[in-house]
Amino acid sequence: MSAFSGQNSPLVSLRDVRFAYGEREVLRGIDLSVHRGQVIAIMGGSGCGKTTLLRLIGGQLRASGGTVEVEGRNLARLSGSELYALRRRMGMLFQFGALFTDMNVFDNVAFPMREHTALPADMIRDLVLMKLQAVGLRGAAALHPTELSGGMARRVALARAVALDPMLILYDEPFAGLDPISLGIIGQLIRRLNDALGASSVMVTHDVHESLEIVDYIYFVSDGRIVAKGTPDEIRASTDPFVHQFVNAEADGPVPFHYPAPPIDSLLGREGA
Amino acid sequence: MMSRTALDLWVGIFVAIGFAALVFLAMKVGNFSGINGGETYRIEAPFDNIGGLKVRAPVKSSGVLVGRVASIRFDTETYRAVVELEVDKRYEFPADTAASILTSGLLGEQYVGLEAGADIEMLKNGDRVLITQSAVVLEKLIGQFMFDRAADAPAAQ
Amino acid sequence: MNAIAAALRRIGALTIDGIWRLGFITRFLFAVLMHSGQSLRRIHLTIRELYFSGVLSLLIIVVSGLFVGLVLGLQGYDILQRYGSSDAVGVMVALSLLRELGPVIAALLFASRAGSAITAEIGLMKTTEQLKAMDMMAVNPIARVVAPRFWGGVLSMPLLAALFSAMGIFGGWLITVAVIGVDDGAFWSQMQAAVEFEYDVMNGVIKSAVFGTVVSLIAVFEGYDCQPTAEGVSRAITRTVVTSALAILALDFVLTSFMFRG
Repeated sequence: MSAFSGQNSPLVSLRDVRFAYGEREVLRGIDLSVHRGQVIAIMGGSGCGKTTLLRLIGGQLRASGGTVEVEGRNLARLSGSELYALRRRMGMLFQFGALFTDMNVFDNVAFPMREHTALPADMIRDLVLMKLQAVGLRGAAALHPTELSGGMARRVALARAVALDPMLILYDEPFAGLDPISLGIIGQLIRRLNDALGASSVMVTHDVHESLEIVDYIYFVSDGRIVAKGTPDEIRASTDPFVHQFVNAEADGPVPFHYPAPPIDSLLGREGA
Repeated sequence: MMSRTALDLWVGIFVAIGFAALVFLAMKVGNFSGINGGETYRIEAPFDNIGGLKVRAPVKSSGVLVGRVASIRFDTETYRAVVELEVDKRYEFPADTAASILTSGLLGEQYVGLEAGADIEMLKNGDRVLITQSAVVLEKLIGQFMFDRAADAPAAQ
Repeated sequence: MNAIAAALRRIGALTIDGIWRLGFITRFLFAVLMHSGQSLRRIHLTIRELYFSGVLSLLIIVVSGLFVGLVLGLQGYDILQRYGSSDAVGVMVALSLLRELGPVIAALLFASRAGSAITAEIGLMKTTEQLKAMDMMAVNPIARVVAPRFWGGVLSMPLLAALFSAMGIFGGWLITVAVIGVDDGAFWSQMQAAVEFEYDVMNGVIKSAVFGTVVSLIAVFEGYDCQPTAEGVSRAITRTVVTSALAILALDFVLTSFMFRG
């Protein structure tokens, strides 16, 4: 059983992570962990620092305080080549796919394999077609990224992200700008690929309803802190005012409708009236 | 995206054209075949006055380019200019060859003219040309002319 | 007093910014050189960029070279025949092309044709997060994207400049010998007597290699350094063309003063 003891420790764990862009503090002490096999969602309003959180896990940014560990290794202590070695086992889906515009769909998916493996061309071909089959786009292998719709580009990028069978997949706003059908497809793919690969997934999103369907655990981030967390059922039943506002898309609540300002009465000169 | 073979072909054509242009510049425009590094020998020629001679000026014999001026310095022992000539190995000159500084055309560039002598010994690397004729300095020539005229004038009357 | 102080502050800020950028571009050059191994080992990456910066610049180089040569021939003949030395037109055309016009104009054209394209391409890849995606796939974008483009530019520039000079001399020959009627033999023989391979041709090649390096470096740097927005990319392209042109002309002066002082 000792061989499996590692399976119980979280794959990703963040402890009291802080981050600031210059003077502006974006994250003020985040604790978060992702266990193997889990799909977790990090939610929050626009500009709350959730994309920064994803960049920290991917090692693109370094935390200004606290520790970020992936597979028990502190990212801040890794050298450039160690970080690259770790990233070969990560996949990331960027917000708009970030497909390479000078290659066709096939070459995009083949790119990580060609860069990191010495597999013969026919084996790469089979692997790429299998990945494309998994996202339902084997027929689009010869197309150019500019010929794809937003949803299709996202699916190709997903196939590329899982090209090397990663242990951890990061998603940056996977649902942004998609029609309901594409959105549903991407949601299902995220769950299915995660389970098929035995990987873990972290996704940053503000799409509550789609996320509640597919994820195992949800963190709500606001103003650089985690304000609520729980399984989808706990979130649905939550009485937390922030969660309530977010899930029901209410305009006013703990996240105020108004940007901080003096009372409007004083502006109109009605104090004395 | 075009296929890899077509791309290779185009780049091949490009490189070939580029090198063809370089070869054209070397062979047809420049005198690449004329003088190159290892095939020259150097001789020195002292002059009283080199006029407007410049480094890299041509060295000609019977009007044929045989070398270039390698360097010009002033010898403080003799108070004369010493011109070092770089001459093509293919052209050997007798030891009693004469060097003179000439002008191509009335206003053209100045060059060193070599006139072969009759000695059996040939000039070797580092040898010195003994018979030299300095550049014709226009001011001196005009001065001479004026002086002669002035000297002649009273006698004529 | 305030206006003077403001002006001085502005000069100071511009100077600091300029020095900062210079330092940054030097560091960037070292990074590119450090990560050049892959573009040489996987030579096809560089060959592909040779296609984009070299082959696609062929047409503009050939046509402009020809026209510059035609004009040089016309003007040179017009001036030289006043002094009765129209035979020397070949010398004039060849020397002005080999020493100055070939490397300089070819580099200016290269900066606006290939340099701007390189900046646009890298800038676009940055804007659409392709460079970040590559980095997340553990592929270094400087090694995979920047270095091949840099070397493609460095290698194609001397060839393009030589082609420009050759086309220019051909253009000069065309107008003076074939059209005006200058003696063919005199045209070539005077040229060959005056032009030296090691001196005139090689110095021209060295110049174009320097320009190629500088323009390629500026192009990849501006692309890599641009603000990741559509506006940022367009500003970066403008900066590539302007900075390259200034660098080419200033360096040309420096190189000329070292090379052709005799």
